[in-house]
Amino acid sequence: MVKEKDIITKIATAGLVGRGGASYPTARKWAAVKSALKNKKQGYIIVNAAEGEPGVKKDGYILKHHAVGLFDGIYLADRFLGSKKIKKVYLFLNHKYYQEYGPGLKKALAVKKYRTLKEKIEFFIKPEKLTYISGEETALLNLIEGKKVEPRLKPPYPTEHGLFGHPTLINNPETFYDVSLVAAGRYEGERFYTLGGALKRRGVYALPANLSIEEVLRRTGNYPDRPFFVSVGGEASGEVFAADQLMGPVEGAGLIMVYDLEKTDEKKLFRYWLNFYKEQSCGHCTICREGTYRLLEMINKRDNFHGDGKGRKKFDWDLFWEIVAGLEETSFCALGASLPIPLRSYWKNIVKRKKAKLS
Amino acid sequence: MNLKINNKKVKGRTGQTILEIARENGIKIPSLCHHPDLDAKASCRVCVVEIKGREKLVTSCSTLAEEGLEIFTDSPRVKATRKINLELLFASHAEKCGSCSMVYDCRLLSAAKKYEVEIDRFPDRKGKRKTYRFANAVEIDGTQCIDCDNCVEACVRQGIGYLEKAGSGINQEIEPVKDKDKACIYCGQCTLHCPVAAAQEQGAWPVVEKALKDKNKIVVAQFAPAVRVSLGEEFGLPYGENCEGKIYSAFKKLGFKYSFDINFGADITTMTEAEEFIARLKDKKAVWPMTTSCCPAWVAYAEFYHPELLPNLTTARSPHIHSAGAIKTYWAKQKKIDPRKIVVVSIVPCTAKKYEASRPELGLKGRPLVDYVLTTREFAYLIKKNKIDFKNLPDSDGDPLFNRGSGAAAIYGATGGVMESALRSVASFLCAGEDKKNTLCDRRLEFKDVRGLAGFKEAELNIAGRKIRVGVVNGMGNFSRILSRLKKYHYIEIMACPGGCLGGGGQPIPTTEAIRKERAAALYAIDKKRPVRRAHENKAMKEYYNWVMDKKLSSRLLHTKFKKSRGSRLIATKKDSIFDFLKH
Repeated sequence: MVKEKDIITKIATAGLVGRGGASYPTARKWAAVKSALKNKKQGYIIVNAAEGEPGVKKDGYILKHHAVGLFDGIYLADRFLGSKKIKKVYLFLNHKYYQEYGPGLKKALAVKKYRTLKEKIEFFIKPEKLTYISGEETALLNLIEGKKVEPRLKPPYPTEHGLFGHPTLINNPETFYDVSLVAAGRYEGERFYTLGGALKRRGVYALPANLSIEEVLRRTGNYPDRPFFVSVGGEASGEVFAADQLMGPVEGAGLIMVYDLEKTDEKKLFRYWLNFYKEQSCGHCTICREGTYRLLEMINKRDNFHGDGKGRKKFDWDLFWEIVAGLEETSFCALGASLPIPLRSYWKNIVKRKKAKLS
Repeated sequence: MNLKINNKKVKGRTGQTILEIARENGIKIPSLCHHPDLDAKASCRVCVVEIKGREKLVTSCSTLAEEGLEIFTDSPRVKATRKINLELLFASHAEKCGSCSMVYDCRLLSAAKKYEVEIDRFPDRKGKRKTYRFANAVEIDGTQCIDCDNCVEACVRQGIGYLEKAGSGINQEIEPVKDKDKACIYCGQCTLHCPVAAAQEQGAWPVVEKALKDKNKIVVAQFAPAVRVSLGEEFGLPYGENCEGKIYSAFKKLGFKYSFDINFGADITTMTEAEEFIARLKDKKAVWPMTTSCCPAWVAYAEFYHPELLPNLTTARSPHIHSAGAIKTYWAKQKKIDPRKIVVVSIVPCTAKKYEASRPELGLKGRPLVDYVLTTREFAYLIKKNKIDFKNLPDSDGDPLFNRGSGAAAIYGATGGVMESALRSVASFLCAGEDKKNTLCDRRLEFKDVRGLAGFKEAELNIAGRKIRVGVVNGMGNFSRILSRLKKYHYIEIMACPGGCLGGGGQPIPTTEAIRKERAAALYAIDKKRPVRRAHENKAMKEYYNWVMDKKLSSRLLHTKFKKSRGSRLIATKKDSIFDFLKH
């Protein structure tokens, strides 16, 4: 069994980073909560397994196949932070996952080792109507506290001032699973990749974290034989790359979404992204609430999206990018700020190159 | 801490935000959702600034300053994003400028000019939303709301929590809660904290304008204690400047035939209330503590939330109802004017007074004593609309039959002022028969324990051998702090608004802690300068009071009654105009 002191060193040496998408160093986060707890009487752990990012399926994969590893990681976190001080562990799941994997998770918990942990764990089911934003960690705190689901101002960070004002550790299930591997000396620098879209072998794969996008596609036997492009990270917030730009690593929540270059309808894709953000915006800040709505409104108008404006009113791309810049610069939280990523990268890596080839 | 804003070296203190430091140094950053009374929400995104070396812009209202920061408040990046945010906000705020009393001080419009905003770049998207009207006092117009939440928080801080933001994203909307155990108390703190007048008083200025044009009416004006020290702010005069004289001149310019000071009515209130207090002291079965009732929002609160406390409320009427009663009876008789021709317009710092004036028990012979109520903001609007140069108006005076009241009346506008006024008279009455050497009889003129802006203040006095314990609450949210200890006291003053009437829901925007302090200081300065400082020593008031007693009119002119209420009157309508008033 690993000693409490050692675990943090091991995590740091292994270089674990958060797998929710932001890739924050795990050891630093754990140390921050631990140090905040020194002067506080209680704290909380939250496992954010509601898989807010569309397309990503690895949280469900872990709940299904690695429940023991997940609970081992939580167990270690609880011990490291001070089991007496951790009052509760919230396992935040969506409804579908709870129905499908709940029984398995409860079974995995029903062992002697987890006797005290089991009493602390509360399955917190995400209400079905709730949006993307509830996965944002401070919005999640508001949700559990029964407040309006919108992000909080940072600082203070949840590590110091989290759930009900107490220090709170919030991690993705993959992070806890990785910790269990580190503790058991079985961590080999792998991460989970979700592969989706126009592919033959869709699914979740565990492969080395340092692979390039192309290597992941090839190793899983998924490298397309038709012209394609990809979105990497998450379906809504991922960066778009052309087929010859796949040498970089897979960032964010580990999704590679493959699109057929010829069959994908550009306008539909834009509409998908914009509609997603409009629907998911909590409404707190101006640019995300109003901006996403106006972008979608522009796309939905019959204005000529592609052409030169003959017959129909020309699409106002200047205004479009002005709003996108506003989102990038002035969104309150990462949700609004991430919409520009797919829009800009698609524009730069796909549309502009297409136009350059044509001319 | 040293930092640079727009290349200018400035100093700040730890814990200050960038916005605070900028404003202290005269550097203007536009903001909408920011209000010093409330938590930073950083939702409007208009106050963004650029910090050298940081990737993203930050909201200056929520970002703490740090040593060595180099900040730019108007860089091209800032200007561009501020412009688009303002344009988006304009599209969620239906412009009703023609009927909006904030039009001369509109923060949206002034920012639009500065940042070359195209206000109609996007079509308005909220045109079909409802307007919620709370009795005849306050309204929230969903077509104008910019989603900042300030009204919700202001209401929560008042301990009411009647408003909520329902829905999410573009569908969110401010609504009254469905909870039947909550009701609006008309205090208007939502209107005072709304940056775009979506929460606003229900304007009475159109009907007042109409009455002023009616040749068969004699329209008279009266203004409340707190109005004189805040109105000047609307015209660029220093905080707390006493504008009594200019106000009388403005009344004349606007066409009011006669004008009066509600301070005269405040002296009637003190007189009536002090006598009731002494009567309770003599009555072994009396209900304690006695509480004030001149704040109509507190009355609405008590009638809904704590009907069991209604016997505690003094039955003395509130100042403007008293003075209106004096105008429509005693004064009209002396002037040989038919009281049915008189239209009394009260200028008050309050939105709840609109509701109070419409209460049937505060009428005479089935007609209201106060016909219309304007807030300080509406009055300022009328002055601006009529292009009156208020700042340079000469001083003049009101009708000579009634006066400007005692010093005790002047401080009615500040929290603790009503209590202090009553104590001055109660102490004088009770100590009258006592030996002057009896140090146990508290003959003080100034009771400083009950002054200041703390949410709850208390004091213990010795008057004619009795220990009298008094408490003062301001800000309705502070009431719950003393509810369980109520029985400890003899006398409690309760004002629903923070700071008392000087921080009232109808006062100029902005109203902040610092501004409330200035206004309070100004009221106590007026008190010091008044030749008469105890209400019962106001001779003109005493003459009226004796007349009422002789005519046995005290129950009809001096006292009122209260009854349990089932909640505020709520009207939700689509599409409405302030000018609808005129059609009725």
